[in-house]
Amino acid sequence: MKSSFSTRAVAFLASAALLALTACSAGSGTSSGSTPGGDQNLSIGLVAEPASLDFTTTDGAAIPQALLGNVYETLVKQDDSGKIVPALAKSWTVSPDRKTYTFDLADNAKFTNDKPFTANDAVFSINRVKTAWTTSLKAAMEVVASAKALSPTQLQVTLTKPSNDWLFRMTTRIGAMFSESGVSALATAPVGTGPFKFSKWNRGDSIVLTRNDGYWSTKPFFQQITLKYFKDATALNNALLTGTINVIGTVQAPEALSQFTSNDKYQVIEGTTNGEVLLSFNNSRPAMADLQTRQAIRMAIDHKALLDTCWAGRGKLIGSMVPPTDPWYEDLTGVAPFDLAKAKSLLQASGAAGKTFRLRLPTLPYATSCGQVVKSQLEQAGLKVQIDQLEFPAAWLTTVFKNADYDMSIVAHVEPRDLGAVFNAKYYTRYNDPTLQGYLAAADAGDEAAQVDNMKKAAKRLSEQAAGDWLFLLPNLMVADKGVKGLPTNAITENFDLSKLAR
Amino acid sequence: MILRLIERTGVFLVSLAVSSVLVFAFMAVLPGDPARVALGVNASDEAVAELRRQFGLDRPLPTQYFDWLGGLLRGDFGTSYVSKAAIGPQVFDRLQVTLWLVVAGMIIALLVAAPAGTVMAARHRQVSGLALSALSQIGVAVPAFLAGILLIVVFAVKLGWLPANGWTPPAQDPAMFLKQLILPALSLGLVQGAVLTRYVRSAVLDVLREDYLRTARAKGLRPFQALWKHGLRNAAVPVVTVLGLQLATLLIGAVVVERVFVIPGLGSLLLDGVSNRDLLLVQDVVMVLVMAVLLVNFLVDVLYVALDPRLRTS
Repeated sequence: MKSSFSTRAVAFLASAALLALTACSAGSGTSSGSTPGGDQNLSIGLVAEPASLDFTTTDGAAIPQALLGNVYETLVKQDDSGKIVPALAKSWTVSPDRKTYTFDLADNAKFTNDKPFTANDAVFSINRVKTAWTTSLKAAMEVVASAKALSPTQLQVTLTKPSNDWLFRMTTRIGAMFSESGVSALATAPVGTGPFKFSKWNRGDSIVLTRNDGYWSTKPFFQQITLKYFKDATALNNALLTGTINVIGTVQAPEALSQFTSNDKYQVIEGTTNGEVLLSFNNSRPAMADLQTRQAIRMAIDHKALLDTCWAGRGKLIGSMVPPTDPWYEDLTGVAPFDLAKAKSLLQASGAAGKTFRLRLPTLPYATSCGQVVKSQLEQAGLKVQIDQLEFPAAWLTTVFKNADYDMSIVAHVEPRDLGAVFNAKYYTRYNDPTLQGYLAAADAGDEAAQVDNMKKAAKRLSEQAAGDWLFLLPNLMVADKGVKGLPTNAITENFDLSKLAR
Repeated sequence: MILRLIERTGVFLVSLAVSSVLVFAFMAVLPGDPARVALGVNASDEAVAELRRQFGLDRPLPTQYFDWLGGLLRGDFGTSYVSKAAIGPQVFDRLQVTLWLVVAGMIIALLVAAPAGTVMAARHRQVSGLALSALSQIGVAVPAFLAGILLIVVFAVKLGWLPANGWTPPAQDPAMFLKQLILPALSLGLVQGAVLTRYVRSAVLDVLREDYLRTARAKGLRPFQALWKHGLRNAAVPVVTVLGLQLATLLIGAVVVERVFVIPGLGSLLLDGVSNRDLLLVQDVVMVLVMAVLLVNFLVDVLYVALDPRLRTS
């Protein structure tokens, strides 16, 4: 399991200005009323423009957000509730030893370069991850021993060991299906089987997708969807207020929502994400290696008050590293409830009272604002906290992530199912726990029931061992013109599904 | 005069060379490895080393510097670490956008400052002059991005007269281009205009105290007539100097205003480059900006000679 949370969190960096200066009522609607499949257009405001269109060699969340599921399709995908469902594969079976997967593929799908999609393309795409991809995500494909086409519509993939995680990762970008004749210019001219065609990229401004009229499944409603990129939260809000865009894809400043909630021209959508905002502990530091100290820190933080103060009360308290859309979610906020007296006595017992801890924060809005609250709450329990701001991503990556030169930090881990990736001895959390690794291995190798059971144990273990503190789960907040339908409530996949949007 | 031009040209070229070394050196000491940022957090050390080799970051710094400089002299800006696209065309495209902003901002600044400054000087003891003076003082205190936000709130969000953001090339849709240009150009121009007004005022005041102007008045010319006939050309000399110096401020203002108005100019390219650790791109953009400022100062020096006959003979 590999994570790319930091690059996705660039999105937050890009909208550092959190001031919403005014509440106002202007704005212009867009014409509506034509039939589905008409020639209507839609504009969506997003943050963090992609640097390239090739997610096989460039990391970051912006490219799959725009292209995955829209231009490229995967064999299997996640639905809004987190379940793995068919996409280009109509169905699949798993052998009793859980090492061989047989997929029955759609027989009428074709690429936008008019080549039909066959099992050979799937074999090519899977093998290409191992050979041509350069991003760290490709490691999830290492478990594949071989992929072969049994017929044009049947694909067989054999793994070296049973892995539930592999099928899940096939819903992410590494599962994207490419055409062998369409990979020559991935960075500028993507070719896929999806409901939309890549049309135009105005660098520094927008990406335009148009409806793929030859799409093999249900064709999308909009003829053209423009993804417009903003670097500033205020500019993004103004664009919706003045009718330049119809949807704010990700709200960057929850305290600015009031200008939309009080206006009946707009709808506000709130759901969940995979973004656990983690107060990370460097478990290899002597001070943080003490269980009582870590538990005391968790108990010293009043999570409800913190969420209200630093993220306008939007978000969910979870208590461990699992979002509600994962099958093994349990509310673990009761493991270390807010208890200032107990926190103080634990700190006395561990000898940490009065010591200074370095809280090294990346320059991201949620980290900056929540870091101050964490500092003041921990100081009430008798710790001293020194805050350092590190420029994100570069300086934070080097100091905290690579060199683990920190006591505590705050960053949102938005990669799906990333519990095992984040809490291990090699990661910047430096959390070395054989018991946890045992649960994770059993979860990956067993059947669905064993997976759920062991993942529950793993999450509980993390919470009880206070391997970190989960401040809250980032909310998925969107604002749109009232008439726009089909927006995804939960943002739990890498892609922004545009195919269900309608008016 | 020829000697003076040669001297100025020499200073210009030496400044360029020194700046190129400084720009390169700053980029080299900037923390953060472009290869690691490009590959993502979990990339293996081998993969990062391989990419560093591809980028040429493993070569000695002097080699990297001279390769970069040689490329620039040939007009080759290199290839972006992140987008793998040639940097030259991108910089050129974005520069055109920013130039529109800067030129429009400068014109507005001059349209504001020249009359306002002259009136302030000519009536510096009267209420109208003092009132203008106070107004310009407020203008000086307002940063361009704040002016931009205020203009958006009033003219785009509340009144809905003009778009709040976006950019359309003039060739594609001239009407839309003008609509989208007005607010950003105003936020740059009004603030610069307020600053410039102060200089125009003091330049005109200096001229007013000159003997030749008293002579002109004694011959029966009214104050404004005397100024118009004999004073303004002389007052223009210091103002042109300031105008050149202000271009740097205007460029920096444009970088910020581009962000507020979501304009794909050089400023937004620079910000993207910094956050992606696209160091070569940042290096190129900064160098282009430095070159622009030096070039304008050089031109101002030349213009100076043209405006002031005394400098031609000395």
